[in-house]
Amino acid sequence: MPEKQRGRYAALAIAAVVIVVGIPLWWKTTETYRAWLPFSEISELDSLQLQLSVDIEVVFSRGTLTPEQQKKFPLSHVNEKEHQVDAKTGLRYKYETRYRTATIMEEDALNQPTAAEADLSLHMLSESSCGSVVVYVIPESSTLLPEVRFRAFVYFYILKSLLKLIMLIPAVYFQDVKVYVGQRRTALLRSPPFKTSWNLKEVLSNLDVEVEQVVSTMSFGHQDIVAALSNRVRMTKVTKESMADSMRAIKSSPGYEITFSLLNPDPKSHSLHWDIEGAVQSYIQPLLNKLAPIANFSVDSQILYYAVLGVNPRFDNSVSAYTLSADSLSHVINPVEARLGSNAASSNPVLNFLLYVPDAHHSPLFIRDHSKREVPSNAFHSPRWGGIMVYNVNEMYGPEAERPVDININMAKVMGVFLAQLRLMLGVQHTHPPTGFVLQSPGSAGLADWELDRLLWSRSVENIATASTTITSLAQLLDQIGNIVINDNIAQQVSSAVTSLQSAVAELEAGNLAFALQYSREAILASERAFFDPSLLHLLYFPDDQKFAIYIPLFLPMCVPIVLSLLKIVSEAKKRRADKQAKSD
Amino acid sequence: MGITAAAARDEFQEELVIRPLHSGDIYASFQFRTLWDTDFLQEGQKVSHYRLFPKSLGQVLSKFSVRELHISFTQGFWRTMQWGQPFIPSPPGAELWVWFHDTVSDVDGNWKELTNVLSGIFCASLNFIDLTNTVQPSASFKPLGLGNATDHRFLRYATLPREIVCTENLTPWKKLLPCGSKAGLAVLLKSEKLFHSSFHSQAVHIRPVCQHKNGLDFAKILDAPSFCIHLCINCYLHLFTEWSLFKMFSRTLTEACPLATSSKVYVDITDNPEGELFELSPATPLLSQAVVLGDRRTYSVFDLTRAETFGQLRSLNLLLRWKGDGGEMLRPLLHAERYVAGFGLQTGEIHTVIYNNHPYRAFPVLLMDSVPWYLQLYIHTLTVTSKSRDNKPSYIHYQPAKDRHRPHLLEMLIQLPPHSMTEVTVQFERALLKWTEYTPDPNHGFYVGSSVVSALVPSMVAMSTNFTQDQPLFSSFVPVKEESSYFVRVYTEPLLVNLPTPDFSMPYNVICLTCTVVAVGYGSFYNLLTRTFQVDEPSLPLAKRLANLIRRIRGVPLLT
Repeated sequence: MPEKQRGRYAALAIAAVVIVVGIPLWWKTTETYRAWLPFSEISELDSLQLQLSVDIEVVFSRGTLTPEQQKKFPLSHVNEKEHQVDAKTGLRYKYETRYRTATIMEEDALNQPTAAEADLSLHMLSESSCGSVVVYVIPESSTLLPEVRFRAFVYFYILKSLLKLIMLIPAVYFQDVKVYVGQRRTALLRSPPFKTSWNLKEVLSNLDVEVEQVVSTMSFGHQDIVAALSNRVRMTKVTKESMADSMRAIKSSPGYEITFSLLNPDPKSHSLHWDIEGAVQSYIQPLLNKLAPIANFSVDSQILYYAVLGVNPRFDNSVSAYTLSADSLSHVINPVEARLGSNAASSNPVLNFLLYVPDAHHSPLFIRDHSKREVPSNAFHSPRWGGIMVYNVNEMYGPEAERPVDININMAKVMGVFLAQLRLMLGVQHTHPPTGFVLQSPGSAGLADWELDRLLWSRSVENIATASTTITSLAQLLDQIGNIVINDNIAQQVSSAVTSLQSAVAELEAGNLAFALQYSREAILASERAFFDPSLLHLLYFPDDQKFAIYIPLFLPMCVPIVLSLLKIVSEAKKRRADKQAKSD
Repeated sequence: MGITAAAARDEFQEELVIRPLHSGDIYASFQFRTLWDTDFLQEGQKVSHYRLFPKSLGQVLSKFSVRELHISFTQGFWRTMQWGQPFIPSPPGAELWVWFHDTVSDVDGNWKELTNVLSGIFCASLNFIDLTNTVQPSASFKPLGLGNATDHRFLRYATLPREIVCTENLTPWKKLLPCGSKAGLAVLLKSEKLFHSSFHSQAVHIRPVCQHKNGLDFAKILDAPSFCIHLCINCYLHLFTEWSLFKMFSRTLTEACPLATSSKVYVDITDNPEGELFELSPATPLLSQAVVLGDRRTYSVFDLTRAETFGQLRSLNLLLRWKGDGGEMLRPLLHAERYVAGFGLQTGEIHTVIYNNHPYRAFPVLLMDSVPWYLQLYIHTLTVTSKSRDNKPSYIHYQPAKDRHRPHLLEMLIQLPPHSMTEVTVQFERALLKWTEYTPDPNHGFYVGSSVVSALVPSMVAMSTNFTQDQPLFSSFVPVKEESSYFVRVYTEPLLVNLPTPDFSMPYNVICLTCTVVAVGYGSFYNLLTRTFQVDEPSLPLAKRLANLIRRIRGVPLLT
């Protein structure tokens, strides 16, 4: 039956055309554009193995070692420590310690009368690279250290964990000084008593604990690094302290806006003048210049009139002053914030510092902490938001003064407080130093070199953690929702983020801290740009059920005959085979 | 930089002008001005410390290198024929025009970002401004501040005629004032009363004003942005025989803003020299004369910085009692209106009518029209007729639209004959949009922004032949030059044009219909190809088949 055979071939041919041409054509024309993404490299980043390498130089000055012990110098020693933070994140610290004796010039420098001068002259001799630490071991009898002790180091810290507000109160430490940490990357270590009979190995192992303490103060401690990883890792093993530090510090970002606002609720009685330009130039700018590798900062200021706090202060008869209790401080910020205005010109996080001058009828105003004591700085800060300082002016004029009274604000006093708050916000950690440590105050720069290093370490790790999380979750999202269009620019951002991340990890491994931070910043920028790209949000997709509801008028009448005739052909072929078999039997 | 120097470098002034209109309405115009002596484009040093000038605007100016910025939000249409000229005219909806500094390389990019930022600051939908409704007028919008930039590549102008102005725009606007709404004239700005008025317009104008340092050093000219935020409202209080500040704003004035160097309320009493029209209380001995919009006006002045203004009650509640009818108003010399003519949904015609009411002076006007691309103008049909004679414009600047990229821009310099009506017509065709380009509620129609008529109008003062006024004879012999003409900008009504709108369920219908047609065609094609045709045996006639049925039952052999 050639006629029947022809029909069968025609049905097969149409089925073949539909399958070979039609379906690919339909597939191709309804496909969404998805550029290629480096998924395999991203999944590698998902399990992050970070290695941090620190160069340590231990210099023995004259009188600390016997000539016998000195013979084997110079000497180096590598110490590695591994921590598995969670299933996907591992940390390895590599301390590369080099031991040597001091040069003659260094000996001269160490003979300076005070530790600060010694620190300066050592800095003049050689500049150590970013991220490295130099420890000078000085004889036990050296006069460098005890003098430092009397420059009592002022240190702020009390955590009000319930309110998440931190009061600043000074505390003075008097301890036997073992270690002096200078303004740069050097520390002076008073040598513990060595026995002359020890060989060098015993001496060094005796020194190890101390050196390790110095390094964890001056570069990073395990807790800080784990806290910096908080974006990836569930916080379980972190101490309360470094947790508080990292919660207080504003998140790593490529730029920050710092806004100083003077709140004058009573312009009728006070005409306030503040030389904010000069104050920023002399107090804030040096710190920001120092922090330039970490982020871009921009500073501005404004004066807000008729801006009031959200809480009515209570009058306290015993001191004839108004007081704000610590419990009410959390309500202060919200009403003021509406007036502050957001930064119109950038989307960087804003740090607000408010100077509040209470109106004539509500002054003086004092802030009290939980133990009902007045806070000496009369200031408080709110984590990741900024600080508020109350500045009383009622003593500056008599009751019969002509209103409005011209008042010049003492910017040194104000900026002292704001600078301390700024350091807290930026995450220049002020953790408790181990006992016996003296930290030289950072001086006019506002930030010691080693503090900057600490910040660089934790920021690099934080950036790497954040960028890798962003990139992996973006990859996951794109993988899950197949309908999202991936444009070339997104693919490019993703690959540049991945390469920057890889280089950042590599630079950390090599110990190039500055480059590591640079790459990690690039990574975070590229990953955020890719993640928040508006083209990913285009609703170019419909749910599958609706899509097929629209296709049904086409697909159903086309497919049914094809399927039916194919079934018929198959059943006929089966029947024929059965017939043949029956015949052959 | 010293403290005193910084303090003296900015000042703030506030002012309220109240003008009783002949229609019985009250026109209240608030003006708040901050003058700041600073240079926003200083190399290397960013301006970042603000005192009276609002920080949010300052940041915008320095980030986007803005030389001048004018933004207005208006609810209602200003009826020039009934109310006369406003102090600062503005079209219905939102209007924004910006001059950028000539150092800007990517003007369009800056403009796009600027509109986004401004829409955030003012809570308005300025982010809908894009290249399709932005034009660069060549002559109509010159910088208002000093400076010799006239290259219109750095100018951007856009209007959003559909923008609705409400409380959420007023609140951020009030935040720009140093005293907020806590003291000074701004206490009167209560939104629940303001938005009951028949016309409400709020604006911000920022422009550089040259200032000579030390008075002698002429070479050193500083860019000083004068920042002037302006609010005019026109309260409709026709039904009242008297009005007061309290009735209009539900507030009275109690103090000046302590930061203001001057804080004054002016009441226009020009038409009421002898008190025959209305009675104003409290009376004030302070009078001020000014030539406003070519007309010499007399104002009663209330200085809020003086304690005696407030009297014993310590509050100032201006009260005005009407005595007679409003009387005749002098017709404004320049007036314009616009409408769409034509029928059907394919073509139409835009008519713009400009009136010159001056009895004997002809003067030129600049007409600017920005028409969206979906009205395709036929520029060859452009006709300008005055007094039923063809009036050839002496300057025409026409930039045709590009579909989905830029609107039409038509600028013309037309000479208006005295006491005449000039009609400008142009025909257009309505375009069919893509179905995603229609706005929500497309059957409402599409707005076309107001056209702008800018002119130097001969002054009333110069034209005045009224010698009954007490004036020295020599003063009116030769008209004073600077009073001889004044600049006026008149906005016409925005147009509402219907475009052909499709049935929006159409895509689905089309898909279904096409699929069905394709499926039916395919089905028969498939059948033709795959069916095998066989000769069918002729079947028995019906009678035989019935007979067979019966035979089968009976068990008799069947018929064939």
